[in-house]
Amino acid sequence: MSIKEEPVLPQQPGGVDPTGPLVQRAWWKRPAIHTALLGAIVGYLIGRLIGDAVTSGVARVANSNENDIALVLGYLFATLGWLGGLGVFNDIVRQALGRPTRGTETYATPGVARYFRYTLDHKVIGVQYLVAMIAYFCTAGLFAMAIRTELLSPTTHVFGPGTYIEIVGEHGTMMMMLMTSVVLGPFGNYLVPLMIGSKRTAFPRLSALSFWLTPAAFIILLSAILWSGFPTGWTGYAPLSNQATQGMDAYLVAFGLMGISMILAGINMLVTIICYRAPGMGWRRLPIFVWSMLATAFLMVLAAPVLVGGMYLTLTDRTIQTAFFVPDLGGSPFLYENLFWFFGHPEVYILALPGFGIVSEIIPVFCRRPLFGYKTAAAGMIGVSLLSFFVWQHHLFDSGIDPNARPLFMLTTELISVPTGFIYLVALGTFWRAKIRLTVPMLFAIGMYFNFLIGGISGVFLSDVAADTTAHGTFFVLAHFHYTIMGGLIFAFMAGIYYWLPKIMGIKLNERLGKIQFWTMFIFFNSTFLPMFAIGAMGQPRRVFEYAHRLQTLNDWVSISAFLLGGSILIFVVNFLWSTVVVREPEVGNPWQSRGLEWQISSPPPAENFARVPLILSAPYEYGVKDASPVADLDPPPDVLAGAVASMPAPRS
Amino acid sequence: MAESNVSPGAAREPRHGVRIASIWFVLSVIADLLIWFVWGPHFPPGNMTSSAASQQLDFKVLAVVAAPVMMLIYVFFLYALVVWRQRDGDEEDGPGELPGAARAQKVWVSVTLMLVLGLFGFGTYQLVVPAGAGAGEGANPVWKPGGGKPLQIQVIGQQWLFTYRYPSYGGFETRQLVLPDNQPVQFDVTSLDVIHSFWAIQLGVKADAVPSVNNVAYTIPRRTGTFTVRCAELCGIWHGAMYNYGRIVPVAAFQSWAQRTEAQSAALTKILPPFSLSYSPNEISDLAKVYTDGGLTGAGGQYYGSSFPAQP
Repeated sequence: MSIKEEPVLPQQPGGVDPTGPLVQRAWWKRPAIHTALLGAIVGYLIGRLIGDAVTSGVARVANSNENDIALVLGYLFATLGWLGGLGVFNDIVRQALGRPTRGTETYATPGVARYFRYTLDHKVIGVQYLVAMIAYFCTAGLFAMAIRTELLSPTTHVFGPGTYIEIVGEHGTMMMMLMTSVVLGPFGNYLVPLMIGSKRTAFPRLSALSFWLTPAAFIILLSAILWSGFPTGWTGYAPLSNQATQGMDAYLVAFGLMGISMILAGINMLVTIICYRAPGMGWRRLPIFVWSMLATAFLMVLAAPVLVGGMYLTLTDRTIQTAFFVPDLGGSPFLYENLFWFFGHPEVYILALPGFGIVSEIIPVFCRRPLFGYKTAAAGMIGVSLLSFFVWQHHLFDSGIDPNARPLFMLTTELISVPTGFIYLVALGTFWRAKIRLTVPMLFAIGMYFNFLIGGISGVFLSDVAADTTAHGTFFVLAHFHYTIMGGLIFAFMAGIYYWLPKIMGIKLNERLGKIQFWTMFIFFNSTFLPMFAIGAMGQPRRVFEYAHRLQTLNDWVSISAFLLGGSILIFVVNFLWSTVVVREPEVGNPWQSRGLEWQISSPPPAENFARVPLILSAPYEYGVKDASPVADLDPPPDVLAGAVASMPAPRS
Repeated sequence: MAESNVSPGAAREPRHGVRIASIWFVLSVIADLLIWFVWGPHFPPGNMTSSAASQQLDFKVLAVVAAPVMMLIYVFFLYALVVWRQRDGDEEDGPGELPGAARAQKVWVSVTLMLVLGLFGFGTYQLVVPAGAGAGEGANPVWKPGGGKPLQIQVIGQQWLFTYRYPSYGGFETRQLVLPDNQPVQFDVTSLDVIHSFWAIQLGVKADAVPSVNNVAYTIPRRTGTFTVRCAELCGIWHGAMYNYGRIVPVAAFQSWAQRTEAQSAALTKILPPFSLSYSPNEISDLAKVYTDGGLTGAGGQYYGSSFPAQP
């Protein structure tokens, strides 16, 4: 294999003639977020009109003024209008008509406006994702504050039971559905091309589309409040979902859209990692964060379609009166449970793996040592993602589904702790005789290891059928998965922000505020969720608004800690805004002395990432290794490049 | 991880591995003793029944296995943070590749794999031998308790209450859950509307109540007393208020209670749908009219079909 011509050309977006004429229109005529909003409103009205017309007097639920068909059509047309208003379909239509596309216009516009457009640059998409994910996370976090307010007292109520279930559903669904992309969206899109030496991602349009579906899903999910919410929590079990009012439609459409977003983002990530690595970036030199993105993307592509299917079947049950999940008419509620958890369990690892990737990427930098057991770490991530498709029935141990298969699912579930344990093996080996620098990202990474261990070990309790019989469906489970997701993923996400924001924005976050945030977040996180194990074991089921009087002290302790935990997130938001908007202390170089390829170029990276395709010379973690060569040659002469590719050196392990 | 032949300075390097292992061993032994003898007897769900006791044993065994694992990681991290912190003014990198890495990984993988397989074997034994560990076993359970034919009790979930039928006493229906002491009990759990979960906390019994499905769980009460029943699966807005209390009484007291209740509710039992392992919600909503007309209510009262949820 050899590269005969300039390798820049195939890295331009598909089908675009970069030399073609470019007519700039006035800003308000160009597709952006305002035209998208307009399109969404128009689309919604059209959908409602069509729905009301085709179903007048037919599908209205008896004794209510609800028309699920009209609402669902409204949501779907609103989404189409939103995307159309953004200009998602413009180039597709132009190409279909044989006219020149305008891809470059959306690819390289300078200025702030590009963040509000359907922009194809992976770095812009990454920043869009980052800001949006923080916004979604804070919104869902506010719902959590409301939950804890209600649980301050076992009998005196702030909300009615209906409102309470609505809040619980919104919190759970928003977190579980939107936070699937909390790392792959911002850091995956932004950093993976930089880490593998590419100028772009494989499918910029899919990537941009995957982002612009998330605000649609977010707003539709939030709109459930207008229809008095949905009573099912984030799992949406049938037949409760069939019985629910219109808010359920919002849940179904939103979750379905987010499923599509995950599939698109996953495909883009997979193909980028497999096909867009620079010469010399063999599989044994791939940064461990990229490995975690690869595993996550596989899970997204393979698991999310099942979710979309489940949501679609429930939608047809609710609108055109199919009976997939109605027992009296030959359906089965078990079918929904299986579909949901067949997606739902891999999803848990969609949420965990990126966290593993971030911390494993960060600790060698601040331990100043090579990553211990690199191959084991990569194998562990792949192992986790494979096994995660074989464990879903551990959510259904008491349900009566195929009860005699439970030993098998107990085995697969416990086996998954072996590759997960590799993450700790890697950490222990890397910390061994290291020179640990306790920067803010390193603190968050250590916090992640501390928290995730509690989450993981409590997971072993839940995998044991007998112990799970008591723990299932209680606050014990709730504490367990908050330890893995909030204590694992969100701590790692924070580590990633403090570590990579200097790269992404060329701006340093305030370190003192960062340390205050870490310690408050770490202490109050544990003080919130550790007592929940006890609360659950002492008999409090999830999603209840009333509980035993004897549990009030513990619940009050948890609630107050939760408010303080919310305060620590507020410190983060203040720090983020203060540092990036007000102070803007520049950080141009390589503040962490990292060997990562992304740090070898200027911050923020130039529009093209790399002036020339870099030649990767060695693995990214060779700290303290004598005579380690630089990680890459950023300006290889063309003939060297061709020769290097022709005889790709066997990379050191 | 070997300490030797790294660099000329290695001779002065303290034996970190030995130090960490010693701290870990002492702390683990203390933790395990405390868990087994002090904390463990108070683990949920207690030992009121055979299934509760077996679950408590599982919690104890898992905790005893988990504590040393957690200790290892935490002791290691604390040691690292204390001993291997970067010293002021030291901008050097740490040591590069150290020998012994391959062996450490092999040991780690073998140990975790053995732990996992051990827990799997133990968990399977604890599922099969105490007759399904109190968990719902579906319609055709294969793991049943010994000691005579179990007393059958049907648990019917509906929004938002549980009712209980006793088929061996004419199929009467009541909102009180009363169990005889020292006699195997078979719960047949089903639902009339959405998915609920029958969780008798101190009995160590949990089985989902799914419409049109019979889900069986077993337990053997070991002493008398009261227990709490809660719904453990989100079933709509009053899910949090779906609970009641039950009691375990001596066999003689149970029999007199059952015969008395059977006689008292004979009129009602006559118009109830005949005992069946699951019920069609549509059929029941028709019957509900009968109750209202006759001035009678079902034990739980307020039967309704799946398309007409009562909105409190």
